[in-house]
Amino acid sequence: MRRVFLFISILFVVLYAVFPFYWAVNGSLQPSQNLFRTPADYLPVPPDFQSYGTALKNENFPIAIRNSAIVAGGATLLSLAIAVLAACALARFRMRGSGVVLAAVLGMTMFPQISVVGALHSIITRLGLYNTLTGLILSYLLFTLPFTVWVLTHFLRQLPRELEESAYIDGAHPLQVLWHVLLPLAIPGVATTGLLAFIAAWNEYLFALSFTITDNVRTVPVVIAGFVGGGLHEVPWGPIMAAAVMVTLPLVLLVFIFQRKLVEGMTAGAVKE
Amino acid sequence: MSARSSPKERPFSLAQREERLGWILLMPAILVLILVGLLPLIHTFTVSLTNAYMASGREPRMTWFHNYQMIVRDSEFWLALRNTLLFTASSVTLEMILGMGIALVLNSKFRGRGLVRAAVLIPWALPTAVSARVWSYMLVDTYGVINDLLVTRLHLLDEKIAWLARPGSAMASMVIIDVWKTTPFVALILLAALQLIPRQLYEAADVDGATAWQKFTRVTLPVLRPAILVALVFRTLDAMRVFDVIWVLTRGEMRTESLATYNFRHMVDFRNLGYGSAVSVVIFFVIALLVAVYMMLLQKKDND
Repeated sequence: MRRVFLFISILFVVLYAVFPFYWAVNGSLQPSQNLFRTPADYLPVPPDFQSYGTALKNENFPIAIRNSAIVAGGATLLSLAIAVLAACALARFRMRGSGVVLAAVLGMTMFPQISVVGALHSIITRLGLYNTLTGLILSYLLFTLPFTVWVLTHFLRQLPRELEESAYIDGAHPLQVLWHVLLPLAIPGVATTGLLAFIAAWNEYLFALSFTITDNVRTVPVVIAGFVGGGLHEVPWGPIMAAAVMVTLPLVLLVFIFQRKLVEGMTAGAVKE
Repeated sequence: MSARSSPKERPFSLAQREERLGWILLMPAILVLILVGLLPLIHTFTVSLTNAYMASGREPRMTWFHNYQMIVRDSEFWLALRNTLLFTASSVTLEMILGMGIALVLNSKFRGRGLVRAAVLIPWALPTAVSARVWSYMLVDTYGVINDLLVTRLHLLDEKIAWLARPGSAMASMVIIDVWKTTPFVALILLAALQLIPRQLYEAADVDGATAWQKFTRVTLPVLRPAILVALVFRTLDAMRVFDVIWVLTRGEMRTESLATYNFRHMVDFRNLGYGSAVSVVIFFVIALLVAVYMMLLQKKDND
């Protein structure tokens, strides 16, 4: 009896989590007129790929994918480079005030982005980076950096100390310990943190909306959220769903492949082990 | 400085070297955060004391706290605040309950558990703006699938609901979308904590003849308290800053504004830099207050 209850619960959970994604896939594979019909069509058989063609022919969409990749990748790499150094310091070196810095970092992960949109707009414009991918990457550091520092610090704290201690006993300088012991050990944590930061940067909407104005610089969330198609009255749901699927399918695959690592990173620092 | 010199010969102790190197390593991060966080915040505060407009050409004048007075007098601001608080309370409550349920399900042993866990992660991994667009298609009153299921297929309701056409149902939709997206996060934090509970605690409760509900309230919940608190903190602060789902669904129209969309409209659409900056400062202090409260609660948790 308990097994039956469990099975039904699992079914509900999976349906609840996956249905919207399934609906996007369904919508992307139906001929356009079906999308406005009621009752709705639940199975896309035979599948009609016309929406995908329309979405890809719209120049903004492939360009948006490229832009998102550059911005998310750039912000992630830059954050990781800075964060891994900071995390090594916070996790392993004895420093007065490191507790305060860590608390400030945690506080910054909760920083309201909307509060600095105006000011960042001025700063970015003054640097000549308005409506550029570089400007966007720079602004993204506001939320990727505190997050990566926090998660990496947590990861590094859990590493065994024996290697460092024996290095110090051998008379090593902290810089050598950093280069030869800490950084190599940090690599798995860096990979996980990078994945999480990439997802966060890829999904970002507010800054992307505020700091870009022309289609050649816009990122995927902005383009898909704002896609209104041609001059017709009806919203082009087919191409929108196709675009959504093309963008989210890689994310879904990433989740399936890396779910263990993702969960580790997500719960980092949240639960004491 | 050679690596093999004896401790007596080195001019600095190991502790001093560690500390110095540590601060050097921290410098880039601190500098970047000052550049993109602290400086903009200060700039926002100073602009809030003026009547600046974006690209107006004229020099902004100091108006001191005039903008703040205007905020207090704007009924739309109070509506945005009310909406945000209501949104936060509803979504966080639902997320905690659903998250707990999903965590309990995932804590059971069954084949394919990894796949289910991965499926549960999907809402969290997708861009909010994209998910919101898909949901807005699902919520269309005439041909959307939600109404199709509720009315046409399952006959749970008599009439189709125009979800996005009225403030109440629009806000309810936004809460549902937000809950859908962020419950995975809560569920996984609670699951991580659940998996650490030693079986002996449950076995002891069984010996005492405890029912499933008693086991849940007397064993599970108390041990889970720290994790619940952490999930509560993160989710509350995220919900208070809500922007994406509201902007994509209604652009804050029809009385569905949140603090963030209200701020965005005044700052970007109306180009009122002075007023917008004042709103930004208010939002910052509201969030900062919550962060301070939660930091204290978390400190207390660590001391328990």
